Amino acid sequence: MASPQVFLPGAETQAADQGYRDAVGRLSRAVLRNRKATIGLLLLAIIVLVAAFPGLIAPGDPQAAIYEQQLGPSWSHLLGTTQVGQDVFTQLIWGTRLTLIITVSVGALCTLISVLVGVTAAYVGGVVDGSLSLLTDIFLIIPTLPLLIVLSTYLEGSGTVAIIAVLVVTGWAFGARQLRAQGLSLRTRDFLEAARVRGERRPYIILVEILPNMLSLVVASFLGSAVYTVATAAGLQFLGLGSSNEITWGTMLHFAQQNGAIESGNAFWALAPGAAVALLGTAFALLNYAFDEIANPALRSVRRQRAKSDS
Amino acid sequence: MRFVVRRMGLFFLTLWAALTINFLIPRLMPGNEATAMLSHFKGVNPSALHALEVEFGVNNDQNLLVSYVQYLGNCLTGQFGLDSARVPVMTVILRGLPWTLGLVGVTTVIAFSIGTLLGIVSAWRRGGALDSLLSPLLFILTTFPVFFIALLLLFIFGVVLGWFPLSSNYSVGETPSLSVAFVLDVIGHAILPGVTLVVTAAGGWIYTMRNNMVSTLSEDYVRMARAKGLSPWRIMLDYSARNAILPNLTGFAMQLGFILGGSILVEYTFSYPGLGYLFFTGTTNHDLPLQEALFLFYTLAVLLCVLVADFATAWLDPRTRDA
Repeated sequence: MASPQVFLPGAETQAADQGYRDAVGRLSRAVLRNRKATIGLLLLAIIVLVAAFPGLIAPGDPQAAIYEQQLGPSWSHLLGTTQVGQDVFTQLIWGTRLTLIITVSVGALCTLISVLVGVTAAYVGGVVDGSLSLLTDIFLIIPTLPLLIVLSTYLEGSGTVAIIAVLVVTGWAFGARQLRAQGLSLRTRDFLEAARVRGERRPYIILVEILPNMLSLVVASFLGSAVYTVATAAGLQFLGLGSSNEITWGTMLHFAQQNGAIESGNAFWALAPGAAVALLGTAFALLNYAFDEIANPALRSVRRQRAKSDS
Repeated sequence: MRFVVRRMGLFFLTLWAALTINFLIPRLMPGNEATAMLSHFKGVNPSALHALEVEFGVNNDQNLLVSYVQYLGNCLTGQFGLDSARVPVMTVILRGLPWTLGLVGVTTVIAFSIGTLLGIVSAWRRGGALDSLLSPLLFILTTFPVFFIALLLLFIFGVVLGWFPLSSNYSVGETPSLSVAFVLDVIGHAILPGVTLVVTAAGGWIYTMRNNMVSTLSEDYVRMARAKGLSPWRIMLDYSARNAILPNLTGFAMQLGFILGGSILVEYTFSYPGLGYLFFTGTTNHDLPLQEALFLFYTLAVLLCVLVADFATAWLDPRTRDA
């Protein structure tokens, strides 16, 4: 029978690489075949490009108050000007970058904490699971926006990092619960038992055996947090929290609202950044729905299933 | 019995956690309520700062444990200190409470009913006209931020069409009374914020109800009911919907947190003077005692609803009792 295996240094990481590569390959094929995912990716790509090269679309300083104040939309100012005479369109384009940075970093950090908490709780079990689950439940029940408002009022003026921090603190719980559930269902599978019998160490089992099998849920958790962040961050900035001297879609909304943009005939000043927030949310949500469909075929639309069974 | 103990346990634990978070935030963050409020004004006078610190009870040389116990006692008796205009926070909150309670309460009931009903019908006629119309609409409703929908409605129905008032809870010059004219005025002012909340909240309920219905419809007991030749109405409502509605009740709590958060943004957009608007004014005035008390109020509201929803679920569905 099999000779005792010799583990070469690096064999572990090779196995991990293989596991992840398979999972990533399967995922990307599924994404390309799904229409919602394709549209979502396209929208996101456009937004990323705008965030990367804002100067190509709107040359000029978004902060420069050099125009006439409170102008309505015209050819020279597509979306009008602000209360101090900044060009709203230029602000919208330049605001993309920080909005996207906040969204992606909060999404990533939330997912990281969700994975740590969820997988640890599911895999270690016992008292650790009990207390981590309780912590997750408490954070799920406590209403997010009120807590966010209190936290950010204290941190007023501390800028983007503070906003990212408070959004992560309030946003990780939902993903953690889902990942724990998935982790629990994996826990009793044979291949994990086999790994334990082989005498693998815990970090190896978690990184190489469990995580690749949860990859689609980890991605879904990131997308879910991103959808949450887009709306929540903008909502917070809309209320005037978070640093208002940096331009994001949320801070634009705040100044528009404070100056009665909607009522005073300058509606695009408020509606354009609002629509931009909605668009970014839509891009992430489309990807998220697509992942749900890929992971759970029962949710796919009936028409497509019928079409498939006919052919 | 065990169930009741567990649920009450989570209720009190979460309440305690919220209280403790509230206690710790000012102490972990740089500065305290007094410095935070005064940082807004230039040229702080040290004696003024000290006076404020004494007023807020953030005396630095006090034992942490002593002040913690004191704080818990104050919260239990509803003493949340004074706001920036030297009015007891409790008075300010009680002034805003009825407006939020009315707005959020009524819209939640409407949204839950509409959402559940549409979810039932759309799953029953899966792939039908309503279902195919609903799914993209639903997507928009659940994805678009609450304040964007609020701004859109304000622009279309308030500014362009001019059907509804733009802000506030009743017209200037009206005195609150129970006359028909005043009640109509109040309803007119509540329609746009209300519709915003209904529209954004119903989406989640349609979505979960539809998906639950889809799975209960494929259960054996539904097939059995069909085989027995029961009327479609009976199968739809008594067999499938009745079982599908249970997870919706449990999800009620999470939705409520979401709706309450949304109501803050909606009240701000429409300058509707409820608790959410107070939250915003607290932000601009750096009114931390007010904000912390509001945070506790919102948490308590969600917790009470979770408790009620849990007991309702247990009453309706015996299976959940041992969980």
